[in-house]
Amino acid sequence: MQPTPQAPLFRPCAERAVLVEFGTTLDPGAHNAVLQLDQALTDTPCAGFVESVPAFINLLVVFDPLLTDHPSVTAHLRHLLTAETAPRAQPAQREVQVCYDADLSPDLPAVAQACGLTPDAVINAHLAGDYAVFLYGFAPGYAYLGGVPEVIRLDRKPSPVGGVAAGSVIIAGAQCLVTTLTMPTGWWIIGRSPTRILTGDTARPFLFDVGDKVRFRRIARAEYEAAK
Amino acid sequence: MTEASFRVSFAGPHVSIQDQGRPGLMRYGVPASGPMDRRSFAVAHAALGNAAGQPGIEVSLGGLTLQCESGAVTVAFVGGGFIAETKAGKLGAWQVLTLTAGDVLNIRPGPWGSWCYLAFMGNLQANEWLGSHATHGLSGFGGGKLATGQVLTIADAQTRADLHGPIPCPIWARPRHLLRCTLGPQDRFFAADTLATFTSARFETTDAFDRMGLRLRGPAIAPENALSIPSEPILRGAVQVSGDGVATVLLSDHQTTGGYPKIATVLACDLNSFVQCRPRDAVAFQAISPEHAVAITRHDAAGFALYMERFRG
Repeated sequence: MQPTPQAPLFRPCAERAVLVEFGTTLDPGAHNAVLQLDQALTDTPCAGFVESVPAFINLLVVFDPLLTDHPSVTAHLRHLLTAETAPRAQPAQREVQVCYDADLSPDLPAVAQACGLTPDAVINAHLAGDYAVFLYGFAPGYAYLGGVPEVIRLDRKPSPVGGVAAGSVIIAGAQCLVTTLTMPTGWWIIGRSPTRILTGDTARPFLFDVGDKVRFRRIARAEYEAAK
Repeated sequence: MTEASFRVSFAGPHVSIQDQGRPGLMRYGVPASGPMDRRSFAVAHAALGNAAGQPGIEVSLGGLTLQCESGAVTVAFVGGGFIAETKAGKLGAWQVLTLTAGDVLNIRPGPWGSWCYLAFMGNLQANEWLGSHATHGLSGFGGGKLATGQVLTIADAQTRADLHGPIPCPIWARPRHLLRCTLGPQDRFFAADTLATFTSARFETTDAFDRMGLRLRGPAIAPENALSIPSEPILRGAVQVSGDGVATVLLSDHQTTGGYPKIATVLACDLNSFVQCRPRDAVAFQAISPEHAVAITRHDAAGFALYMERFRG
């Protein structure tokens, strides 16, 4: 049984969207409700449907205002919420390879020190995490993974560091992310992955869908070099 | 098949290849991108009889200089009131002209506007990413930003001297200073008098702008208790407010999710002409109901369709 989400709010956005909000703080019930409605809408789109964007506790539903309007879309969404919908398919399990060699994990010593652990214990904690894709944001392919174990949760750095390589495995708080672009970041860089989130495959351009489960697998330098 | 080629002698920052954009991928962190002023871009292609969705060049205030190295092609130059200089003299935007091997086209900002478009009668050869030539500025994915020295190729280049001359510049193409919006979706994080300030005060555009967004200067409209809201999806046109009360209007290359509260969302039809404002222009927000927003959008789309009729047949 899924926890029952509180009655959602429907917030109109300009002429072309409704933001469906399940609660005000991040809780698993609200996020599940987002995923369920997203799935139901994908299976049964309303007239004039353009796209939907799932996030932690809300789903943005974008429509064509020449074909429909907020009340019609909201009525459709209300119907989906009350209708007997197919249970959400079992989330896919994805694997991300990560190499923790010192030159690829510049913040590992600092994270270890801040958490009172050895670098190896930080790596083991990171590998033990049970991750799920909560949402994408910031830039193409930036998938925010929740599930960083308590013992290695740290606030982000006071100021961002520039030029962090694409493929960096970075953590902040309960979140982990594999970067797809070379960018500044204030998160902690604990490894590097050759796994491409932007796959380059036109049939499946993004490795994850929101809701997917993710596991990290440690690889040695040789495997990293061969795969990157 | 004939071909025309151009060397980029100079390209300012933010000059890029765009098409209609790649909607539908926001769930993967990918905004639609596409032209800052979608209407002017559509007019440029329609004036040449091009199919919608063809790539073209978006020129920023930085300007662009192209040298035609081979062939000949008719082009449309539409958008902000930029100036194009060729050996034949100076022309304002909203023109169709033909460029031939040896010609130099020098596009610079003119009396008004911040973005201008160059469409070619033919197929501008450009990289695609996820089914679109639109450049996503932050990553450079898609057709890409133009770089000095680069060569552009137009396949199936055609010339049509009978199309030469001005294109009527409609009033809606001019910079827009009153932005119609609906409040929210996070207006609940703002006190009633802050919301009143937002809809009554004059703001000013600043030079902190790019394809992701445009920061405004004005009275502080700081949110309350909003520092820990979980990241929410973002629509183009969202007015995002930072903790210290500074508003930014998010544009074509906007982030798809974010944790700053959005006090209002501007109608898409008003963004085309809003982006033609220049730094230090005055702007104000008018809050309207969602029903009114839909009605305005439909009315506005009908007016645009009527204008576009002139290019048919």
